[in-house]
Amino acid sequence: MNEVLAWLTDPANWQGPDGIPVRTWQHLMYSLVSVGIAAAIAIPVGLWIGHTGHGRFLAVNLAGALRAVPSLGLLFTAFMVLGPYLNGEVSVFVPTIIVLVVLAVPPVLAGAYAGVEQVETAARDAARGMGMRATEVLWRVEVPCALPLIFSGIRSAALQVIATATLAATVGLGGLGRYLVDGLAVRDYAQMAGGAILVALLALIVDFVAATLQRVVVSPGLTGKTAGRKNALRRIQRTTLRASGS
Amino acid sequence: MDWILDHLDDIEYLTRQHAWLSAVPTVLGLLLAIPLGWVARRYRFLYAPVVVGTGLLYTIPSLALFILMPLFLGTRILDATNVVVAMTIYTVALMTRTVADGLGSVPDSVTASATAMGFGPLRRLFTVELPLAVPVIAAGLRVAAVSNVSIVSVAALIGVPQLGSLFTDGFVRDFLDPIVAGLIACVLLALVFDLVIVLVARLLTPWQRAGASV
Repeated sequence: MNEVLAWLTDPANWQGPDGIPVRTWQHLMYSLVSVGIAAAIAIPVGLWIGHTGHGRFLAVNLAGALRAVPSLGLLFTAFMVLGPYLNGEVSVFVPTIIVLVVLAVPPVLAGAYAGVEQVETAARDAARGMGMRATEVLWRVEVPCALPLIFSGIRSAALQVIATATLAATVGLGGLGRYLVDGLAVRDYAQMAGGAILVALLALIVDFVAATLQRVVVSPGLTGKTAGRKNALRRIQRTTLRASGS
Repeated sequence: MDWILDHLDDIEYLTRQHAWLSAVPTVLGLLLAIPLGWVARRYRFLYAPVVVGTGLLYTIPSLALFILMPLFLGTRILDATNVVVAMTIYTVALMTRTVADGLGSVPDSVTASATAMGFGPLRRLFTVELPLAVPVIAAGLRVAAVSNVSIVSVAALIGVPQLGSLFTDGFVRDFLDPIVAGLIACVLLALVFDLVIVLVARLLTPWQRAGASV
């Protein structure tokens, strides 16, 4: 334990291109890029599935099936199949990002579609009854009501991506995974454990930031902080009222 | 393809290791999550701390958790115990909320009836509430078991032999066959776990089938 602390507090480990700040920044960038791409693909598709009900079967099973595929195997396969066609750093970066996006899409998709699907029929009908068009129902009622589940989808995707980006150090990617993998290679336990603590902290902080963002963005009418369970009716009324812009 | 046929013995051995390393923590984790979920349900003020606290454990990336285990357990890094304990932690992290929500899905009228018939809290839990919560708990356990099978393969990086060893082996030799074999075996094993849980859940809830056939 003392050695791990010594490694973590050694100023030499906090500077230069292999330093902790640079590695943390790299890890965060890989994760943000992957989750961003995944969200850009999966949220529109998920909203569409939830709104129309088309392709629901596919979304449920895709999410389930991909959970069974080990990310390490997927990573090695992508690297070995795509790597030879690419040069230099790109040969590591591109296959990794592809795998991270593939892993992040199912949870985001599942969150978006389940979020829209679980919107109370009464709220949807009320919005329609007030004369909203389909797109208005989607953007002003369904999406705001679906936000908690959309967020939980993005959060579980982010955790999955941070964990898998760590593994990607084995194929030569930068980021905090380097400490774990390089430490393993030379049996330097202090470096491995120090890196592991940093990765765990990064995951906790990212999840905490996402949770805080969620609290700010999600309507208080949905979180039950203003209305108890018994006031479900009032909650629906409030949602539709807000949706109609009053 | 030839490689797979030539190495069926190895694959079988690694599959058996993999099955143990993912099945034992799944069962242990469920057994630990039941009392935790019950406590979270029974004492309302404990629900948020218990469920959020166990849930946070799930945010720790798998390789990091495997590597940190020796710090807490005093084991050697290559010890398979690290993997079993880490996977048990993940299972508890996923299942505590599921058990609490499953117990919460039992209608109040049913628990009230059991109390009125003179059932004590423990007897009510084991003979009424838990059996009725089986569908919810089983649904959560399917997710936990399948992701456990997938996560265990990461343990190949710290040198614990199981199907993930095929990934590292193939990667080191720049040879795709073992990796493909490992991927297929992992997915099949996850499918078997999933089926076993579905079957056990069906056996434990005969009234559900009776209801469905009416």
